[in-house]
Order: sequence, then structure tokens, then C-alpha cells
Amino acid sequence: MASVIDERQAEIAEEFAMFGDWMEKYEHIISLGKELDPLDPEDKVDENLIMGCQSRVWLAAKLGDNGQVVFTADSDAIITKGLAALMVRVLSDAPAADIASAKLSFLDEIGLHSHLSPTRSNGLQSMVKQMKLYGLAFTAGA
Amino acid sequence: MSTFDVQAIRAQFPILSREVNGKPLAYFDSAASAHKPQAVIDAQSRYLAHTHSNIHRGVHALAQEATEAYEAARETVRAHIGASSTKEILFVGGTTDGINLVAQTWGRTRLGAGDCIVLTRMEHHSNIVPWQMLALEQGFDILVVELNEDGTLDGEMFEAHLARNPKLVAFTHVSNALGTVNDVKHWTSRAHDAGATVLVDGAQSVPHLPVNVRDLGVDFYMFSGHKTYGPTGIGILYGKEALLDAMPPYRGGGEMIGTVSFEKGTTYNELPYKFEAGTPHISGGIALGAALDWMNGVGMPALTAHEHELTQHAHAQLEGIEGLRFYGTAPCKAGVVSFLVDGVHPYDLGTLLDQLGIAVRTGHHCTEPLMDKLGIPGTVRASFGAYNTVEEIDRLAEAVERAVSMLR
Repeated sequence: MASVIDERQAEIAEEFAMFGDWMEKYEHIISLGKELDPLDPEDKVDENLIMGCQSRVWLAAKLGDNGQVVFTADSDAIITKGLAALMVRVLSDAPAADIASAKLSFLDEIGLHSHLSPTRSNGLQSMVKQMKLYGLAFTAGA
Repeated sequence: MSTFDVQAIRAQFPILSREVNGKPLAYFDSAASAHKPQAVIDAQSRYLAHTHSNIHRGVHALAQEATEAYEAARETVRAHIGASSTKEILFVGGTTDGINLVAQTWGRTRLGAGDCIVLTRMEHHSNIVPWQMLALEQGFDILVVELNEDGTLDGEMFEAHLARNPKLVAFTHVSNALGTVNDVKHWTSRAHDAGATVLVDGAQSVPHLPVNVRDLGVDFYMFSGHKTYGPTGIGILYGKEALLDAMPPYRGGGEMIGTVSFEKGTTYNELPYKFEAGTPHISGGIALGAALDWMNGVGMPALTAHEHELTQHAHAQLEGIEGLRFYGTAPCKAGVVSFLVDGVHPYDLGTLLDQLGIAVRTGHHCTEPLMDKLGIPGTVRASFGAYNTVEEIDRLAEAVERAVSMLR
């Protein structure tokens, strides 16, 4: 049975397949960035800051009542924020163990894998690593 | 300008015919690294295909030919920057390597507790960190010259620091982040009056301006091959002969020795070889010579004039964009236009420009102390080389406008 994480990845790939060119794709990412629920002010703190050389990402994680991990994120760059929104959409509200073991392939499928490369140093690669660490920590705590 | 045919120049750079993201490449990142003309590519591959051997001390024909080619390149460098002798021209890995060499030899023996040195707010990390590392060990103070609003040096503060009799004044000729051209001759003279030794980072000046180290009066000057249309991994450290002579060697090994003995101790080679331990980047040195020959073939005055026109044109085309603010508006600038647009993160702008085939650099440009002082995360920097055209700049301005409308 496909995990909820894989289902969401497939859904995003389908969504992006509709776009004809790079502009539509980026316009969509930018709008996702603009629509992302803002972080609670108490979460937008240095402890939740993931430093990238080019842009900064904030990531907060909580354990929901149903035992699922809830992520919230923000970035000072809107494209990074849009991509962070996609990460949140894929990994938030999922079981901790699934997050820890998730294989993220959707960026490859939508042709945006370069945004996860270390040379971009936009903080996204560290964000994914941090999300998985949260998954691991909440699994151990459960 | 009539002798400067930019299309003929572009035709000599194979990489410029590439497409990026389905669009013709407009490369505005020469301040990070410049592309290579065919003459440089040929010089390096010709050496590797026909001449290569280890240099110096070989009796066979290839060793002699390789040595002659390498030493001829050293002479080309000497002539290009107006040094007195090839003894003053050291092949190093690049500008960063040259500054570290001076810090670890001259600096280590001359700077101690109670001393101070002067740096400026616009220095590249390469001209900050080697001094900070040494200061931690040796206990001297670092004084920083701040900048005026337009990105020029605060002259009063510079004078005030000089009044404290620093042992060293180390500053950049041209700012990589702002494009400001500093008055090296004036400040070198003032620093010498104060009894200081003067080191100037020429990484961003040698690609754009005629440089004569004797006229400038500097004690140390360094630049990188890959920013002057040559290869990476090779650069030049110029030092006045008397200073280099008095400095201890940097790295030990082959080539830098006179005689080596377990019993009688080891003696060192004469200049410039004393500082060139190990087999050097021979093909890089030869290709660097070819790159300077190429620049001289174009003509430094024509090159400077062309890039001045590009910089002026970029300012004129970009300034109409709503909310765009320039960083670095000094009267004398070279090769760089740095800017931000209100409400737009440089990373986002750089990402969309890349989609349009336009290569700019975004971020702090290895000048974090400058960006912190300006209170910004970084800038978008367009930097120019011989091969850029006014039409490309028009494309840049249109692309910035288009990207900004997407991001707002």
C-alpha cells in the first residue's frame, strides 16, 4: 500500500505536469510561497533557523494529537518558501516513522531537483534533513 | 572604441555559443570567473600535447622547452604589471594563496602583540580571514576603514587609522561587491608615510585596468589567473625584492631549496624559487601568460573603455526599474553593478534570471562584513568582461523587470 507521503508526491507531480513552460511552473511555486501559512511568531526564532548561504529557512515541528508530525515553515526568499511549502505538504501530518524513511522523488519528477543541490545553498537540503531528523526523534519518543 | 570589435572578441570564446535553459547564454559573472578565449585554451592544450615535462634541472629537450615556456610566462607577467624583475613575480595558486603566503611569512615575522594593521570594510573574505587567523596567534589588532554612502573609502577614518602607525595596510584595488576603484597610489603613499607596508588585492583590477606596480608603489600585489581569462589554480604574487628576500620560506619541498642535508642543515633557493615548493601548475602558468598576451592584444585601454561603457549602460538601463537600488555608486567603478529590488530576495531574482539564460551572482559575494554593515542579506551582482555587449545588458534589464513582476 502506498504511503500517504507517496500519494502526495504523485499528486504534486500530476499537478506540475499541467504546466507548459518554466514560467507557469515558477509562478505556481511563487504563489504557493505566498499562500503558505505564516509561522507562529514564537516559532520564527533562531533555534528554528536553517542557515543557507543564499536564503534562510525556518522550520518548526510539533506532534499532533493524532500522533502525526505537523511541520510549519517559512523563508525569506519566495521561491525557497514555495518549495518549502511543497515539502510541508508532502511530509506534514504524516506518521513520524514514514517521515524518517521517506524517499523524496517529487522534485526530480517536476524538474526542480537542482534546488535541492548543496551548491544552491538555499537551506532546502538542510530543511529536508532536519524534517527527517524530527521524524526520527518523534519515532524514538513514541 | 573604433578598434574594439566585441563580436570579433565573442567569436574567440567557445563557451559563449552555449545555450542555457534553451536561451543564449548572457554571462554576467566574470568577477567570479572569466571565460577563456581560444588562444588560452590552445596554449594550455598545446603545452600538454607537445611540451610537457617537469621544469627546471632537467637536461633533456622537453624539460628545457617546458622551463623556457614557464619562465617566458613569468616575464610576460612581469612586463604586464611593470615589476622590476622576474624575481618579484611568484607563481601561486591564486589571490587567496598569495595573501596567505604574505600573512604566514612576512606577517608571522613582523606582526605581534601591540601592533595594529588596517583593513577596509569592502575586503573580500580572502583579505580578512588570513589576518584574523594570524591575529589570534600573534595578538595584533585589526583596524577597519569604513565606507561612505557611495561605497568609497572614508578618507578621514583611513587617515585616523594611519595616525596609529599600523605595520600593514591591506586593501583591495577594486571592490568585488561594489565595483569601487580605490585610489591605490594615494593610499599607498599615505601608508608609507605612516611607516606601513602595503598589500593590495588586485583580483578585480588586473582583469579590467592597466596596472603598474612600480607606479602604484605597492609592496605586495596579487591577482588570480582565472579572472584574467586564464585558468583556475594559478595566480601571481608580486612582492618587492628586498621584502621577499627577507621573508622566510612558506612551504618546504623540492625546487625551493639550495642544498638539503641532514648533517649541515638545508639552504634555500634564490628568488623567486624560494617560494615555489613542489612541481607547480606549469600548464596554468603558461596559459596565464597567454591570457595576458591576449588582453594586451585586445589592448588594455580599449578593454577598460568598453567595460566602462557597459557599466554606465547597465546603470542607465536598470535605474528605471521601480524599487531598484544600486549598491556602489562611486565615481570611479570597474566591471561590477550590484543591486537589490525592494521586496525581492536576490535568490529569487537570480533563479528566474537563470531561467532566462542570464548568469548573475547573488548573495554576499564573500563580503559578509560589508553586507552586515549595509543591513542586507546580499545583492544581485552583474559583472562584465571583454565579451559582454550592450544588447546583453538590455536583455538583463528586461529580464529583471519580467522577473520582478513575477515575484511581486
